[in-house]
Amino acid sequence: MAAIDYATLKKGGFMRQKQKGYFSLRLGVVGGQVTAEQLAAVTDVASTYGHGYIHLTSRQGIEIPFINIKDIDAVKEALAKGGIAPGVCGPRVRTVTACQGNEVCPNACIDSEAIAKELSDRYFGRELPHKFKFGVTGCQNNCLKAEENDLGIKGGVEVSWVEEKCISCGVCEKACRTGAISTQDGKIRIERERCNNCGRCAYSCPADAYDTEEGYFVYFGGLFGNTISQGTEIVPFIKDKETLFRVCDAALNFFNEYAKPGERFKFTLDRVGVDALKEKIMEAVAY
Amino acid sequence: MAEEIKVDGTVDITDVVCPVTFVKAKVALEELDDGQVLAIHMNDGEPAQNVPRSMKDEGHQILKLKDNGDGTYDLFVRKAEEQS
Repeated sequence: MAAIDYATLKKGGFMRQKQKGYFSLRLGVVGGQVTAEQLAAVTDVASTYGHGYIHLTSRQGIEIPFINIKDIDAVKEALAKGGIAPGVCGPRVRTVTACQGNEVCPNACIDSEAIAKELSDRYFGRELPHKFKFGVTGCQNNCLKAEENDLGIKGGVEVSWVEEKCISCGVCEKACRTGAISTQDGKIRIERERCNNCGRCAYSCPADAYDTEEGYFVYFGGLFGNTISQGTEIVPFIKDKETLFRVCDAALNFFNEYAKPGERFKFTLDRVGVDALKEKIMEAVAY
Repeated sequence: MAEEIKVDGTVDITDVVCPVTFVKAKVALEELDDGQVLAIHMNDGEPAQNVPRSMKDEGHQILKLKDNGDGTYDLFVRKAEEQS
């Protein structure tokens, strides 16, 4: 038998176990969505080749433990039939996580799943100096914990009051959690510095008297492992997807260019300076 | 809004907490006919923040959220037709 190339296996989502010759197989999942067909294939592989169970990872992934080295090809084939493939590990763009977004959730401001899918199609598995994690959350509730990621995206809406539709019911003023809305002489005033773009005013308005424009907050350099650090926000609220993706491109290019091998984004930013990244990001925004 | 809203029923939900606030208001609304107006007396805080939206999401028409100035609010809701 040929020597086992662990690096290649790891790249392909096969995580070496303590038990000799066995791997925990990580699967490629985007935004925590798994179809029934994929689940059936996973069930089949776990029962036939594993120990009859799966492990749900901390980042919305699935791993099938106890896959024997000799079964790797058969396992890949069985999974492929169900439309699911192994994931990745090591120094590259990892599983993109997401909340369910506004297709399903009444609070979400953006279609997080669609953004996650696009991010994954664009970047998943890309080779970098170290691991790089994307996460997308739909609103200020932050179910997906955007700031824990190397690059986290949080949805929001910019609201504007439509006077002629307003029935002066007072609901929005109360629904606002940041005290940004006040009423003076029947007119709504929104304090922009207080507004956190959560959209609660618009979603609770019984008269649709708010126009909303979707957008994204972006956080850079978060990590939640040996060191815990919250991603920083260096770019103002982004209102279109094209700009968002240019910003993501710029961040990845920056990381690829400046990071030392094995250095997480946060530490690159600490070493090189956040201003250097900010310059690149603002160029991408102004493009 | 100067004119008084004609009220067909009232319910006090200041004695319960979320999510029973919404349930109690919903039950009170069941007692009314379509188009009638319920006044829901509620506490400031979570009920005043969330009950109006829950009523809206159920399809009912919110008319007014009145601040009583004593830490309570009255929400006036017109009952919508039963949605099948």
